[in-house]
Amino acid sequence: MADYKYDILVCGGTGCRATESELLVSNLKAELKTLQLDSEVQVVSTGCFGFCEKGPIVKIMPDNTFYTQVNASDAAEIVSEHIVKGRKVNRLLYLDPVENKNVADSKNMDFYKKQLRVALRNCGFINPENIEESIARDGYSALGTILQSITPEGVIDILKKSGLRGRGGGGFPTGIKWEMARKNNADQKYVVCNADEGDPGAFMDRSILEGDPHSVLEAMAICGYCIGATKGLIYIRAEYPLAIKRLKVAIGQAREYGLLGKNILDFGFDFDVELRYGAGAFVCGEETSLIHSMEGKRGEPTVKPPFPAESGFMNKPTIVNNVETYANIPVIINKGADWFASIGTEKSKGTKVFALAGKINNVGLIEVPMGTTLREVIFEIGGGIKNGKKFKAVQTGGPSGGCLTEKHLDIPIDFDNLIAAGSMMGSGGMIVMDEDDCMVSMAKFFLEFTVEESCGKCAPCRIGNKRLFEILTKITDGKGVKQDLTDLRNLCNVIKDTSLCGLGQTSPNPILSTMENFWHEYVDHIENHKCEAAHCRALMKYEIDEENCIGCTACARACPVAAITGSKKMPHIINQAICIKCGACMEKCKFNAVILK
Amino acid sequence: MADNITIKLKKEDNEFIEKVCASFNYSKTELINVLHQVQEHFGYLPAEVQEKIASELKMSVAKVFGVVTFYSFFTMLPKGEFPISICTGTACYVRGAEKVLDEFRKQLNIEVGQTTPDGKFSLGCLRCVGACGLAPVVMVGEKTFGRVSADKVEEILAEFR
Repeated sequence: MADYKYDILVCGGTGCRATESELLVSNLKAELKTLQLDSEVQVVSTGCFGFCEKGPIVKIMPDNTFYTQVNASDAAEIVSEHIVKGRKVNRLLYLDPVENKNVADSKNMDFYKKQLRVALRNCGFINPENIEESIARDGYSALGTILQSITPEGVIDILKKSGLRGRGGGGFPTGIKWEMARKNNADQKYVVCNADEGDPGAFMDRSILEGDPHSVLEAMAICGYCIGATKGLIYIRAEYPLAIKRLKVAIGQAREYGLLGKNILDFGFDFDVELRYGAGAFVCGEETSLIHSMEGKRGEPTVKPPFPAESGFMNKPTIVNNVETYANIPVIINKGADWFASIGTEKSKGTKVFALAGKINNVGLIEVPMGTTLREVIFEIGGGIKNGKKFKAVQTGGPSGGCLTEKHLDIPIDFDNLIAAGSMMGSGGMIVMDEDDCMVSMAKFFLEFTVEESCGKCAPCRIGNKRLFEILTKITDGKGVKQDLTDLRNLCNVIKDTSLCGLGQTSPNPILSTMENFWHEYVDHIENHKCEAAHCRALMKYEIDEENCIGCTACARACPVAAITGSKKMPHIINQAICIKCGACMEKCKFNAVILK
Repeated sequence: MADNITIKLKKEDNEFIEKVCASFNYSKTELINVLHQVQEHFGYLPAEVQEKIASELKMSVAKVFGVVTFYSFFTMLPKGEFPISICTGTACYVRGAEKVLDEFRKQLNIEVGQTTPDGKFSLGCLRCVGACGLAPVVMVGEKTFGRVSADKVEEILAEFR
């Protein structure tokens, strides 16, 4: 990348492409061409920068200028001002909301200050469709090193010493898993990459595959070398077309450069990678389900043991690791186990990528050392709650994680602390909720998801979750009784204890954690018919404020069931027995006279 | 079966399916890949297509049907010319996807999983496209709309009408 005077890096991740970053790239290229600068300035479409809230993102190197919310029509100004005249385009710089000052260098932005990018090291720096840019940033050097000078046992030792644990949610030590597969003798073994990122609100795996596919391919080859496998499979969601495209390009280039295929780097080691597509089933994130799905079957789980490391794909020893886990491995080999083990907490080493989303100012993808507190993540990196509202809860661990509250904000995030707090790491989705979110409805939302995604194989999960969902619906409809709370808790525990796979064993978590932390909301819904967040429609009442009502009759005309009565220029009244709570009156009223209680 | 659509496969339809199955060496483990390619071609997987695939791969129709109905990506009903998908992932949900979905339902007068009588729009939900920074997200065909609110629904539909 050094041949050019300037590099203009434009985010080509899914989020930014949805806001026309591709058009921006072509506009920039056209503009440079007109000014005959295309030999001096390179425009690169990179992977995700992480700061999705302010996309599309443009970064100009070498001066490290970070532009946010750049429109395709801003291309001309960037070229004429920044590139030609060397002046920063101030209006496109990030505006620090606290200091109300423009920040030009991303290193000085709160969003990036506390981050440490290991798995995301190349995202936003390289063109993911050009293997040479990856190689220039140490891509495939770890593979070269181990083929030349480290035995498979040596590599497994490094991983064990580094303390790397699986990033897909389980947190199983990666080195031990590989050792198990290595020790099982078989004529064929498989290396699988789980890229079936099904947690809604989690998009780290997609971003890694879109921004740095080679790091995953390299790590899979390293795994193949360690366990004695020559075949790798990436199981990826069909909903990720861009990641699929970039992986295909990457696999093609790696083969061309002799980094995949037969006799890699002339060390007599064969390894190749194929893609397998998911078809929309959350349960396929579970490794035994995933394996069945790759075999062309329904993605139903089976009992472990046997573990896939003993008998997996086609009944052969199989390693299934998550995308983020793989992305960490080449760096661990390059920088050493001690370096990796020096980051993080006692039992959770290294960093973790989180997808911050929900009611937070800076939605995006972040990577922080394990042990960072939730407060730092939400209020410093995330910039706090949107619209100055009050923080209520953060949901970690995806649909089967738990909701943590104010009192948990200062716990250092790692695998064990989150479980102790009643949630879990999961794949790293972090969804922030504010005072307007009703926690009973949130629990219902997650249960609706599990009911839909339960594969139906075991009764506790198939039938039990449905019953949980029905009880929650009853409560949010204002028909709950006290016994429901006891039933909920008992049923939750039965489902946790008796379900076959991880899906059912964790699906009651959202209910248990909200009952633990927001017990009063459940009681309020049942005993007082009140939803404090004013979310549950059945528990709300529309009323007309006599002070504000001028008797314009607009609400009465808008009401579809004629529940509003009153004469002209006199305050109106809503008949609660007829009202269907559609809210049409509130929409129509120009005087804020319709209030929701 | 989900609905009583019966179709008759034309000669070239049969040939297409045969070609796809052959390209995967008639391997049963490639069933999902076969279904992906066939659905991309026909737009959906009616019973007749599944029967043809089953006979090509020498497996029971029940097995094929079992796989088709297991995965939400596969559909046995044709979609509209402009399939509308509302993301109901958690991030979009907390930012108001429910209200957006209700508005689409109201304006199109169809339920999730249905297609408008003129075949123009079909309504569906999906779980997270990973553009959570733009939540709530709606996809119409390949086009993504971000930060959608209920009052923008009419505008979005107008673009395709």
